[in-house]
Amino acid sequence: MAFFETHNISISFGGLRALERVSFEVNKGEVFSIIGPNGAGKTTIFNCINRYYNLDEGAFIFKDKNIAKVSPHVVADLGISRTFQNIELFKNATVIDNLLLGRHRHRRSNLFMEALFSPSVQRQEIESREKAEEVIDFLDLQAYRDQFVSGLPYGVQKTVELGRALAMEPELLLLDEPSSGMNMEEMEDLSFWITDIKEELGISFLLVEHNMRLVKEISDRVLALNFGVVIAQGTPNEVLGHPEVMKAYLGEEGASTAG
Amino acid sequence: MRFLMKRNYNQDIQLFKYRSTFFWYLALIIGCCLLPLVLDDYITSQLSFICMYSIATVGLMLLTGYTGQISMGHAAFFGIGAYTSAILTSKGVPFLLALPTAGLLAGFIGIFIGLPALRLSGLYLAIATMGFGFIVDEVLVRWESLTNGNMGMMVDPVSIGPLTFETEVQFYYLTLVVLVLTILAAKNILRSPTGRAMIAIRDSEVAAQAMGISMAKYKTMAFAISAFFTGVAGSLYGHKLTFINPESFTILVSIEFLAMIIIGGLGSLHGAVYGAAFIIFLPQLIIMTKDYMPKYLADQTGLESALYGLMIMLFILFEPMGIYGIWRKKKFYFEMFPLYKKDTFKKEKKYFKAERH
Ligand SMILES: Nc1ncnc2c1ncn2[C@@H]1O[C@H](COP(=O)(O)OP(=O)(O)OP(=O)(O)O)[C@@H](O)[C@H]1O
Ligand SMILES: [Mg+2]
Repeated sequence: MAFFETHNISISFGGLRALERVSFEVNKGEVFSIIGPNGAGKTTIFNCINRYYNLDEGAFIFKDKNIAKVSPHVVADLGISRTFQNIELFKNATVIDNLLLGRHRHRRSNLFMEALFSPSVQRQEIESREKAEEVIDFLDLQAYRDQFVSGLPYGVQKTVELGRALAMEPELLLLDEPSSGMNMEEMEDLSFWITDIKEELGISFLLVEHNMRLVKEISDRVLALNFGVVIAQGTPNEVLGHPEVMKAYLGEEGASTAG
Repeated sequence: MRFLMKRNYNQDIQLFKYRSTFFWYLALIIGCCLLPLVLDDYITSQLSFICMYSIATVGLMLLTGYTGQISMGHAAFFGIGAYTSAILTSKGVPFLLALPTAGLLAGFIGIFIGLPALRLSGLYLAIATMGFGFIVDEVLVRWESLTNGNMGMMVDPVSIGPLTFETEVQFYYLTLVVLVLTILAAKNILRSPTGRAMIAIRDSEVAAQAMGISMAKYKTMAFAISAFFTGVAGSLYGHKLTFINPESFTILVSIEFLAMIIIGGLGSLHGAVYGAAFIIFLPQLIIMTKDYMPKYLADQTGLESALYGLMIMLFILFEPMGIYGIWRKKKFYFEMFPLYKKDTFKKEKKYFKAERH
């Protein structure tokens, strides 16, 4: 069995079929990318995995467990973390606090111990901070460490979001258009980080991305989606060169490559 | 601005970032202890009220200011605390046991009041919690065998072992100690995973869930913690008044609590205390200024209430970050002098004015 499997998932909003019997598998330690024009249903897949939406049919199997019916927070508890297309940070908290929130699933303290700030809570806090500092070093966020997130530039916020997801020490990381709004330099960093995380930590990625250069550079396999239907699946070269995919992107070719 | 060289993580999790901060708080507490020596009994009793209200508003601040869940039913927890403690002590249970029990019972009921918060937010949650307040009020009136209904009940004075707390000064010290413990506990929770989870829920429920934070668990927990502190405050309040009836715990009290935390500054524990102090001292200030007003104005009936309302309105209009906001700006001004820029807090102010809760 594969590490993460999606079995024939479908969902509709009113009359709109947003996803129609979509299936794919992500193997341990690979970068699996989902591409497709605007409104294809890419973000919807993520929202279904996170249990923000209820599937009409189908299942997600993560490490041999069906997670299509669990509560949203359980998905994260099991080791799936994500970033959001339109940045969902804790805006009135500092960068370090955002990263520490990523550590939530590793907590061992209870409310009573916390109210007393007992030695075990102190040890746990120090541990969390060590992890958070590692992430800060890795993503070069030292300069922003104690700043409030709301005032940071867009690209930095995107990086903080990636950092928060990393601080969770997940096994599967879902990234929704991580490069949007980033400049050239930030994008190159991102490409480097993803490859590095994959190789060093063995974390698997499910990536939604509009920038085809990035997709080609870092993906092991690619899936193309259009109007909620899978139109191609395979290696980056196969999928990006697929006639159906070219057709789906035609007309917005300019927008997507410039993206 | 100060820069701090940190050498280990222990420094990072300290309660006080700077050593000087610790001494300032120590000085503050010593100052609070010395106050009754120079003040008369009346003012001292007002200080007791500030402490008791502050305990309640610290509770509400955790819920509304930090978790982003509004409650218009906190008077009910206040009342549950007061009645629990009054009834228990009348049956001979020692105060030292009755006080936490009052908090725990309020907290336990808080769990159930938190349940609607899983489905409701903003104004709808406000109305739902208000409904809860009405129910509790009604129960206090109708359950005559226990509460003596509208007739109200006498509350025994407080004693802990050989110590009695019958004079204003003694009672003030009691409330001060409980307040300090409350603030310490709240501060500890806020710098631990639970507190951060609460802040996460306030800022983005979607992202909080993606971090593994259970809405069901942490929203009900926030209600329970909040209700606990408010119940403890209620217990003290009952013993202070020595007589309670359901009238003391109406929706007006809930609204007063909300006014306190908003005026004090949402999202800060300082604010909870400042707000309580402001709302309690405001009427006194108004009465004092009456002497300086033209006679025809000073003699108007309802002047106090009108001024009281007006002050609150002006405050929210011009200082949405509350008293704590003013304090921070002043502090920042001196730390940054002469580099202070007027626009520094503009963005924050705009954010606070925008509707979030
Ligand atoms: N909660 C919702 N209610 C109604 N319709 C929705 C909802 N979420 C998504 N949709 C619809 O489902 C379709 C797929 O949306 P989705 O956000 O998944 O697209 P996407 O592939 O991520 O596009 P983009 O590249 O613009 O991010 C769109 O037509 C969208 O309008
Ligand atoms: Mg999308």
